[in-house]
Amino acid sequence: MKKFFAVLLILMLALTALSGCGAKDNSAPSEDPTTDVTTIGVIFIGPVTDGGYNQAQNEGFQKVEEHFGDAVKLLRQESVPEDKQSVKSTAINMIDNGASIIIGTSFGYMDALEELALEYPDVTFLHFSGYKMNDTNFGNYFGAMEEARYLAGIVAGKMTETNKLGYIAAYEYTEVKIGINSFFLGARSVNPDVTMNVVYINSWGDAALEKAAAESLLAQGCDVLTQHADTSAAQVEAEKAGKFAIGYNLDNSKIAPKSFLTSPIWHHEVYLIPTIEKIIAGQYVPESYYGTIKDGYIGLAPLTDLVPDDVKTEVNAAYDKMKEGDFPVFVGPLKDNTGKEVVPAGSALTAHDDIWSIEWVLDGITAVE
Amino acid sequence: MKLIQIKKREDMSRKKELLIRIVAVFLSLIFAGLVIKILGYDPLNVFSSMVNGAIGTEIRFKQTILKAVPLIITSLGILVAFKMKFWNIGGEGQIMMGALGATFVALNLPDLPRLPLLGLMMLAAIAAGGFWAFIPAFFKTRMGVNETIFTLMLNYIAIKFVTYLQYGPWKDPGSQGFPKVAMFSKNGTLPTLFGLHIGWIIALVLVVLVHVFLNHTKKGFEIAVVGESQETARYAGMNIKNIVITAMILSGGLCGLTGMIQAAGIEQTLTSTLSAGYGFTAIITAWLARLNAIGTLVVCLIFAVLLQGAAYIQISMQIPAAAADMIQGIILFFVLGSEFFIQYKVSLAGRLAGLRPTRREAA
Repeated sequence: MKKFFAVLLILMLALTALSGCGAKDNSAPSEDPTTDVTTIGVIFIGPVTDGGYNQAQNEGFQKVEEHFGDAVKLLRQESVPEDKQSVKSTAINMIDNGASIIIGTSFGYMDALEELALEYPDVTFLHFSGYKMNDTNFGNYFGAMEEARYLAGIVAGKMTETNKLGYIAAYEYTEVKIGINSFFLGARSVNPDVTMNVVYINSWGDAALEKAAAESLLAQGCDVLTQHADTSAAQVEAEKAGKFAIGYNLDNSKIAPKSFLTSPIWHHEVYLIPTIEKIIAGQYVPESYYGTIKDGYIGLAPLTDLVPDDVKTEVNAAYDKMKEGDFPVFVGPLKDNTGKEVVPAGSALTAHDDIWSIEWVLDGITAVE
Repeated sequence: MKLIQIKKREDMSRKKELLIRIVAVFLSLIFAGLVIKILGYDPLNVFSSMVNGAIGTEIRFKQTILKAVPLIITSLGILVAFKMKFWNIGGEGQIMMGALGATFVALNLPDLPRLPLLGLMMLAAIAAGGFWAFIPAFFKTRMGVNETIFTLMLNYIAIKFVTYLQYGPWKDPGSQGFPKVAMFSKNGTLPTLFGLHIGWIIALVLVVLVHVFLNHTKKGFEIAVVGESQETARYAGMNIKNIVITAMILSGGLCGLTGMIQAAGIEQTLTSTLSAGYGFTAIITAWLARLNAIGTLVVCLIFAVLLQGAAYIQISMQIPAAAADMIQGIILFFVLGSEFFIQYKVSLAGRLAGLRPTRREAA
């Protein structure tokens, strides 16, 4: 016991000695006199060099930095897990370091951000992919990824020879199902014989699981793969097998040049720059932003040279209509894979809330959990 | 001929132990400082920011305490098992199951008054965590199944099971299709004292209870005897199987309680990331505390300072997460490494052998 206290004492002494000498020079940054610099804390679920989701998020923030220059200072924290303790601790440390805007880029941060918004009324919180908000300092943003998925589906429907598409999906829930259905609708719009197999990997991103799922889908005869998962594993696997792949989040044409066709992508800066401007000006009113192709928030990575010109023309035609804001994705009649009619003939799902209550997958899709 | 001899030592003086520990701490600071320097930061500034970031202001100190609470309680659980040399690597899973048990109660009896509801949640958490630890204990005592592998594997089952519940049967129908478990009612959340949920009081009480249990009760004594020598325990007529199973249920129960505190105090729901690695970190802290309950309290507090300090400098100085982890790793490497030199004597064969007797005399 005595031994123990001895060690403790030493550690404590060492610590207090250090804190003693450090206290003076450390008080300066927390009381930053340059008040015209807005500090923004950004919380990421993974490393910003992951070649997928987080990298795409970070590219948006790099554009924010380019746009605002010295007027903003970004505090980034990578690989923050989704438990509330980690998120709150990270955010509080950011606020402690002068952040007046906190942006969380993963769904699981939602409840923590909601609590923080109550505890820190002077800080503005923005959340990507959630649905909670308040009236004063907490808003969220997301986008109509179904539009870009539909366009990518056109490419897949045209490129497949076996008429079998493969979809690597994260979790079996609404956001993912919207993607699955819209991709399939795009493919069906140009190829009525196409079917699709879906494998759920129960993870947002895991290169090993994505690779295994890709192998399995290729073995089932799928010759165009796509994914709702974070890494480039599926594109690499497809290239090895001499098949095609459509990515997500990023233009990965350099990683798998022989398989990569295109990717549905985000342009986060389209939302972030004006929103941050409003916050700085004190004019921000919390909203639930849902960006589209029309807004420029959602896009499609350039179609690679593997895609023939006639397919490019067809995709561009649909893209142009979406750009006009006049191209609903979920147009009836649609039947789910149990034979039930989910969208009646003559109607379409256009309202955000209707699309975001999709629990079905369409006829022609086989899902494996 | 062997060049290096390693022997268990029993003749270490207090003074020398102290010296070794001081050297270890200073070496760790020097090496960590070197790494920081190579990365282009000022080591002194980084260290002082770490300490300042952990205890410099009230808000930072609260963060540190919040990080210490789950560590302390989990370490106590781990300690009870390790005391009898039952290597419970399954704290993570036991935390998850505890949180699951508490959540089951909280979601099914949301309208119960606060005190009975929280009491029931605690009991459910202890039972669920205890059950998760009972499984490997049962197989260990009946069939001699290796508990290290068994408890480790049960972690993944528990985490995947909670993931399944979160995305399946327990998914909140009011969450617009998003995979999350419903929030607890107000009565299902821990009250706060001095701006912190009362987990810290529970932790302090448990430190005392576990200390008394291990040092001043028959059962605690039996656990220590089983850990020292199963032969002795058998010779003394102790029911080893019974002791192992009881201690493991207690160990898992404590870890389960951590799950309840994190669920009711912080998350206010169940998530598959709730255990956050505490089950593994607690192995280090329990061991550093030399399986002593009071020591655990101190080690966990210091460890929490390290965690919060590292988290703070990552943000304030934008040091990459990997570098902050490395600083932690270097400090742990030296501090844990010093334990080896305290418990074992390393000497160059032959040359030092003749000196030993005189050293002993001197001591």
